[in-house]
Amino acid sequence: MAEGENKGLVLLDFWVSPFGQRCRIALAEKGVEYEYREENLRDKSPLLLKSNPVHKKIPVLIDHGMPVCESLNIVQYIDEKWPDRAPLLPANPYARAQARFWADLVEKKVHPPSAFHLFVSCAAPGEAHFLRKFTYCIRFQMYESGTKLWKLKGEAQEEAKKEFIEIFKLLEGELGDKKYFGGETFGLVDIALVPFTAWFYSYEACANLSTEKEAPKLVSWAKRCRERESVSKSLPDPLKVYEFVCFLKKVYGIE
Amino acid sequence: MDQSSSLKFLGSWADSHTHRVRLALKLKGLVFEYQEEDSVNPSPALLLHNPIYKKVPALLHDGRPVVESLVILQYIDETWTDNPIMPADPFERAIVRFWCHFADDKLGPAVGLVFSSAGEGQKAAVDQVHGNLKLLERELRDGAFKGRRFFGGDNIGMLDIVLGCGSYWLAVFEEVMEVKLVDPDTFPLFHAWLRDFEEQKEVKETIPPIDKLLEYARGIRQMMLSLSTDTSTSTTTIGAPATGSTTSNNDAAVEEIGLLQESLAL
Repeated sequence: MAEGENKGLVLLDFWVSPFGQRCRIALAEKGVEYEYREENLRDKSPLLLKSNPVHKKIPVLIDHGMPVCESLNIVQYIDEKWPDRAPLLPANPYARAQARFWADLVEKKVHPPSAFHLFVSCAAPGEAHFLRKFTYCIRFQMYESGTKLWKLKGEAQEEAKKEFIEIFKLLEGELGDKKYFGGETFGLVDIALVPFTAWFYSYEACANLSTEKEAPKLVSWAKRCRERESVSKSLPDPLKVYEFVCFLKKVYGIE
Repeated sequence: MDQSSSLKFLGSWADSHTHRVRLALKLKGLVFEYQEEDSVNPSPALLLHNPIYKKVPALLHDGRPVVESLVILQYIDETWTDNPIMPADPFERAIVRFWCHFADDKLGPAVGLVFSSAGEGQKAAVDQVHGNLKLLERELRDGAFKGRRFFGGDNIGMLDIVLGCGSYWLAVFEEVMEVKLVDPDTFPLFHAWLRDFEEQKEVKETIPPIDKLLEYARGIRQMMLSLSTDTSTSTTTIGAPATGSTTSNNDAAVEEIGLLQESLAL
């Protein structure tokens, strides 16, 4: 790397955000240095608001003053900006299309707010505004089919569990016996999904959803990913994630 | 253009995502076979090639399926590299992708909500559409697309395709719903871009005639109104069946509405 080549790379992020972690992993895979800046999501910096005026959300990668927003966008940008090393997408257009399809599926279906229903076993209608604050605070979008939230205690959670297990099975089907979703090469789909593995412990603790039992292949895949320095250095300790979930539940008086 | 491979494409005539793919194929000068799909009753072929989402469009290249319109567009661009629809520069590509997602995640759903709601809910949806258009107008005026004829520059690019194939619904809904969505005084650049886009030869060959779209939209709106229990207020979306049992006719209608809402991406 030339001296000063990566001067001016700043990542605006929040420690527990799986979306931010995707970017950290990609940057680490490419061996690119950058400045990490932790955002206080309840008091967003002027730089964040200026860099992502449309959504006002992290992560944002600022490259010599030019902002790139949205995590999968950022990962592809990183891949295209440094094409000479550690390719995150395959060369063949059809394989690239498959990778983009699955990364997009992860984006649509594996989403902490779905997990949100796992954490919140009962949500009375009056708590809706707290729930919105909760999700806004940690940047996650409210991914809800409205009826779920108003169902009887426990039912929403059971439904969320069922959905999660279905998604796990789908992903395991795609993974098969491969080392990574990208085959032998760690790539976009792995990067899209692996941050959510830091939440597996919380799923189990809050909702009794055992990923070891329901998705053993994903658990093995997650272990293989964690053997990569880019992943182990970017993902938080699952216990810290769980502490965070509990903290938020307490703050918003949800149990 | 040399095209030694076979291309088949499953779509639905009123679906914006289908139009995106058709337009991209035309812009690349590609020959393809088209199969019309009934959105409520997907064919075995569609279920085979898109088992997860079971939706159009699906592109089959030498029998191998690619689905999801943004994925398909990038696939077409990377496989047939003449007349590129994506810019070469990584930062510009990131900008295009950002606004494509904006179209799908924000603008499209807001427009869909205008169509499927009434009263206060519709007013809120119209405000949302205006808010979204304001952001695009700003980019055209002062931002990433300043001074450009199209979002892609002098020629139609990926973002033009994504925004343009679906923006015709704005005019359709203005008429069917009697709301003002794209005021040329408030959004002069967006308005001018849309007119220019719709005048392009390949676009004219892709987008269905406006009277067909109007008839279609009016039909769906009628179905929605006949299903809703309360049209006078509310923030809820029309189209959800009344509580209690529904007939199978209602189920099909509700599904059709859901599919229409999904297809109303801009």
